[in-house]
Amino acid sequence: MDATYSGSHKMSGNRACAEGGLAVGCRFLAYYPIQPCFEVVQHFSERCIDVEGTFIQMEDEISALAAVLGASWSGMKAMTVTSGPGFSLMMEHVGLGVMLETPCVIVEVQRSGPSEGYPTGSGSGDVMQSRWGSHGDYEVIVLSPNCPQEMFDMTVRAFNLSERFRSPVILLADKAVGSMEEVVMIPKSEEMSIKKRKRFSGPKEKYHPYEYDKDLVPWMVKVGQGYRFHVTGLTHDEKGYPVMSEQCQEWNVHRVIGKITLFSDEIIDYEEGHTEDAEILVVCYGSVSRAAVRAVRQVRKEGVKAGFFRLKTLWPFPERRMLELAEQVDTILVPEMNYGQLFLEVDRCSRGKAEVEFVHQEFSQVRSGASIIKAIKKVSVKA
Amino acid sequence: MEALEAMKRTEADDPNKHPMDNVLRMDRIPHIWCPGCGIGMVVTAFASALEQMQIDLDDVCVVSGIGCTGRVAGYVKTDSFHTTHGRALPFATGVKLGNPRMKVVVISGDGDIVSIGGNHFIHAARRNIDVTVICVNNFIYAMTGGQVAPTTPQPAYTTTSPFGNFEAPANIPRLAESAGAVYVSRWTSLHMRRMTQSIIEAMAKPGFSLVEVISPCAMYYSRTNKLGLGIDMIRFYHENAVIKHGEPTENLDIGFQKQIIVGKFVDRERPTFSESYEGWKKIIKTGKRES
Repeated sequence: MDATYSGSHKMSGNRACAEGGLAVGCRFLAYYPIQPCFEVVQHFSERCIDVEGTFIQMEDEISALAAVLGASWSGMKAMTVTSGPGFSLMMEHVGLGVMLETPCVIVEVQRSGPSEGYPTGSGSGDVMQSRWGSHGDYEVIVLSPNCPQEMFDMTVRAFNLSERFRSPVILLADKAVGSMEEVVMIPKSEEMSIKKRKRFSGPKEKYHPYEYDKDLVPWMVKVGQGYRFHVTGLTHDEKGYPVMSEQCQEWNVHRVIGKITLFSDEIIDYEEGHTEDAEILVVCYGSVSRAAVRAVRQVRKEGVKAGFFRLKTLWPFPERRMLELAEQVDTILVPEMNYGQLFLEVDRCSRGKAEVEFVHQEFSQVRSGASIIKAIKKVSVKA
Repeated sequence: MEALEAMKRTEADDPNKHPMDNVLRMDRIPHIWCPGCGIGMVVTAFASALEQMQIDLDDVCVVSGIGCTGRVAGYVKTDSFHTTHGRALPFATGVKLGNPRMKVVVISGDGDIVSIGGNHFIHAARRNIDVTVICVNNFIYAMTGGQVAPTTPQPAYTTTSPFGNFEAPANIPRLAESAGAVYVSRWTSLHMRRMTQSIIEAMAKPGFSLVEVISPCAMYYSRTNKLGLGIDMIRFYHENAVIKHGEPTENLDIGFQKQIIVGKFVDRERPTFSESYEGWKKIIKTGKRES
């Protein structure tokens, strides 16, 4: 079987994710067994044999992401897959990936926490962790799919973004999206847009691992090409050598943050519906957004001026558009399968221009969308 | 050969140039290690091993963790990574599987490899990943301020064992052997020639190999225990290190200021991870596997 399994197939979100990785050229996967994400790995390991890929079960999630970073420096597109507690263990190497500026993809199929929590239940409790989980100041790219098709598309996009920005990219799915089966259209390999990292091919003595260009992204080389580079997780200068000074800290971290914040328009992606004349806005993402979009369409039929703002990228957050919408609408509802995480960011970015309310969603009841409809109606009566 | 000739050339051309210019990042010298520290000798042994092997340095990759020894990666002029604390081995695993042509060497300290990275050490040895580990054992956490380590002998003093260490120290060669390493040796930083030879053998050996180097920490270990300067520790090794090749690894525990057994203890054959994996893939592809 080819690396790209073109055509339309009925498959689960998790399988679509594995296919997305294979189609975009991921040939290395390190993981540690955990649920509910494991189907991704299972599918990848079966398909691996077709594409001369490598998969390895490491001793824990810490080492799984470490191996992914190592393989990425060897020139491979590499990913790891995890859920809940495993994601907590990976945080150390999210930081290393950011500091070494290593392209890689971390797929997290969220379950309910904290701790072991409810391993077979869905949740969105890791939204803030995905943004702030590792210590120190950094920016990270987080994508949020809401269907198997997006599990495929966004895995491809996650790799493209990680190669473009030389940064770890997190695909923050949830159990519901991972397990649901739908038709997934996989394009032909020649129709796919695949980005590659910026390679350095100049003279060996001229290479500095962190010398950068207008896009603030440094050129990368592979292990074994003879550039004999050094890179470190310590604060470093353009040669990759550690320098312990405030000045270097500023030079180093400012750029690593800036390469994402200054180019966030290339990353941010969202979908809007009925927002032109909306008075009530539902901000949603992930599996909850399926119910939220349906709820908005339902209440529209009943004459309620509601709209939805579905986030495909959670981080960087679409601050500008959020403020514009907040200025336009009266109330913003944020249904989430947690106890209020992205709600905080929506509230912050609305700057008091609209009333922002959190709507807690329980996994077992999320599909009906009943609680979202109820919340919209409650607000519309008030207005 | 090329490296040797280049070395001779630079020596002849410029008397100010160091003979190890080719292997070390001279723009980073002076290094951060304290006077009397033994890590420099390990770096020297490693550098001369590379020169004697006449290996192309483009094919060598050094991965370090965190700590005093973790800084070695920054001074060696090969592709080199200074990673997170204890995770040099999984990072090296990724590098090796990504580019099997590379000779991957992990150089790190006892705290990095046996304590925080202990699990990774066991599993890299079990899988028989083709990397060489040079573990510098100075019995103490030095960079963070002289705390007790899993290798601190009983009852040595450290900053966090002010009344003496009561925990049993780790026996690194025994751990490596039982986990599945194919090559295990131990030297002290006094045994320059033998250590160099051992590094060459370990690097030439396919599979997981370990060279443990007992090394003085003059700033914390010997000062806290009133053992004198670095040179006094070296003198101690001279008088108390006994070479016993093939000694069963269970006899290799290290006591406080007691005899240190050094030598080559394990040298055996076992298929490496990549060999097994490639073989397995071939069997599956040709459909010869019985289900």
